[in-house]
Amino acid sequence: MTATTQIFRDSEADRRHRAKWWTSRIAIYGVLILWTIICLFPIYWTITTSFKMAPNVMKGNMVPFVDYQPAWLGWRSLGLSPDTIWEESTVRAEFMKRFMNSAVISVTSSALAVVLGSLAAYGLSRFNYRFGFMKNSDISFFFLSQLILPPVVLALPFLVLYKELALLDTRVGLILLYTLSVLPIVIWIMRDQFGSIPTELEEAALVDGLSVWGAFATIILPIALPGMVAAFILSLVLTWNEYFFAALLTSTHANTLPVMVASQTGSQGISWWSMAALSFAAILPLIVIGVVLEKYIIKGMAAGAVK
Amino acid sequence: MSNGDLLHVVTNDNISDGRKRFGRAMIWGTAGLTAVVGTLQVMQATGQAEFGFANWRPTLYAFCTWAVALCWGQVLIRGEHGKRTLFVLPAAIFVAALTIFPLLFGLIIAFSDWNLSSPTGRQFNGLDNVRQMWTDPFFWNALWNMVLYSAAILVEYAVAFGLALLLNAQIRARKFFRVAFLLPLMLSPVAVSWMIGKSMLEARFGPLSRLARFFGVENPSFFGSPEIARATIMIMDAWTYIPFMMIMILAGLQAIPKELNEAAKVDGANAWRNFWEVTFPLMLPVSITAILIRIIFKLKLADVVINVTSGGPGGATDTVTSFIFREYRERSNVGYGTLLAFVYLVIIVIAMTFLMKLADRWMRPRT
Repeated sequence: MTATTQIFRDSEADRRHRAKWWTSRIAIYGVLILWTIICLFPIYWTITTSFKMAPNVMKGNMVPFVDYQPAWLGWRSLGLSPDTIWEESTVRAEFMKRFMNSAVISVTSSALAVVLGSLAAYGLSRFNYRFGFMKNSDISFFFLSQLILPPVVLALPFLVLYKELALLDTRVGLILLYTLSVLPIVIWIMRDQFGSIPTELEEAALVDGLSVWGAFATIILPIALPGMVAAFILSLVLTWNEYFFAALLTSTHANTLPVMVASQTGSQGISWWSMAALSFAAILPLIVIGVVLEKYIIKGMAAGAVK
Repeated sequence: MSNGDLLHVVTNDNISDGRKRFGRAMIWGTAGLTAVVGTLQVMQATGQAEFGFANWRPTLYAFCTWAVALCWGQVLIRGEHGKRTLFVLPAAIFVAALTIFPLLFGLIIAFSDWNLSSPTGRQFNGLDNVRQMWTDPFFWNALWNMVLYSAAILVEYAVAFGLALLLNAQIRARKFFRVAFLLPLMLSPVAVSWMIGKSMLEARFGPLSRLARFFGVENPSFFGSPEIARATIMIMDAWTYIPFMMIMILAGLQAIPKELNEAAKVDGANAWRNFWEVTFPLMLPVSITAILIRIIFKLKLADVVINVTSGGPGGATDTVTSFIFREYRERSNVGYGTLLAFVYLVIIVIAMTFLMKLADRWMRPRT
């Protein structure tokens, strides 16, 4: 038997190279997975806690079905567990009311902001304006400078004004304020969008006999729609999560979900499992939006970054 | 923005004098209506006459009518030009009405002693609020905390940059990681403050406390001492907002042409030098934009502080916003709170202008 010697083999340098490649792969995926755990663990913890009972919480059990037997305790206290969902539940009614408030307020104000903001951004990207001493760049700055305005500056004057206008604790009052707070972001995103659409498109449309508004509605809007969706989603996230104004300006009728969650946190007697269920129910819509419409959110946030 | 890329439309409108007059009459008429209703309400408020207004809604409605008339009147008076104005005007009126008026109103409040729960109502007290602010250690402490919180952005930026680089590398399941990294941003700060601040950091049963004990910390307490409490708040806020910077930086990274890094590699640059001499300088404008926007968001930080520590221990975690929030909640002291907010606004405007000038200077020679 002749000894088989390998004729072709990797040189020493190649092997070192491969080892280096593997270590870098492992390092990259290691960090990625570590950060994924950091991002997702609080959510996982909240979900599992909502199915725990008192001893499970105290023992610090982590994995359902292995460490402990899941129970519907937390969801039952919200009236959302399978056995209580068909029965009357004041907690659930309360929760649904807050949920509806949040939904109505955030959707309406985001829609309003997208409409007002898109129109303004389109106008500013296409026409020359002169409002008194203000030219286009000044008007843009006027809109975008609202971003710097901290909510706390407006909060107390609005509190007093709304009291006088009987808008305190109403949905309309919150919608107006939320629209104001997300409008600069919408204008920021949409200005970028419209800026990237060539003006030749409208010029052609105008030659064909459309009016300025006609050209905007039939030619430009469909092209800019993805950007508008991005702006809408981003506004939705911000307004859904808003707490400060809601806590100051609402008390019983127009409370939003964050206010409800916060008021439950304060009370000492509250049990972990029901608190976890409530928190999870409050963040679930946005988790769904984040997973499904991630593309648009990234598009919206990236709009201002790359010029 | 240059004028070259604007849309130029020349139209000849034949607007009759009657139409113009009608438009003007409408605008001035509704403006007059607003003024009259407003004056009547002021008279009632000051007690000179009684008209039976329950609240200030009539003035609001009159103002809305005027706003609509102003928009419509633009088209009537200036035809095609008016239609163009109509793009910007609604947003401009909306923003102006909702910021300028409250700001002016706030200025009045800021210099008065106004406790909403006391029956005496509003009273001018001149500079008393300023004097009170000057000697209020908690306010200055909150301002200093804002400086510290803003300084933490540099760390957030470094982490976000690292994550963006990883996401931009050749990896599998990129979309999964992107969604996972984005999720913290979607969560409501109030829910986060319960999920992390109250439950995971709970001293006895919280998983992070268990982890700390596993690593040999005797009595893990995340909100006990001022420094640790502040750091915990910083980390919780960073957890929420790192995705925001990460996405912006990632967008910037993806806009860098591949050829540049390849050319550097051909020239013999290793990964380290490639990053510092090609990628990082190219990312400077995006980085500065991201940091500036992040600072703006950071200056509004309040939800987490209000819900987790309510400023404690001893005001160590207080932000200006949460401090004013408590000032109102505990003492219903509108006047003093508003003054603090206005001082804060002035400081922010000065600081942001300074930072933007600085950023402008840094960015110019490179780009």
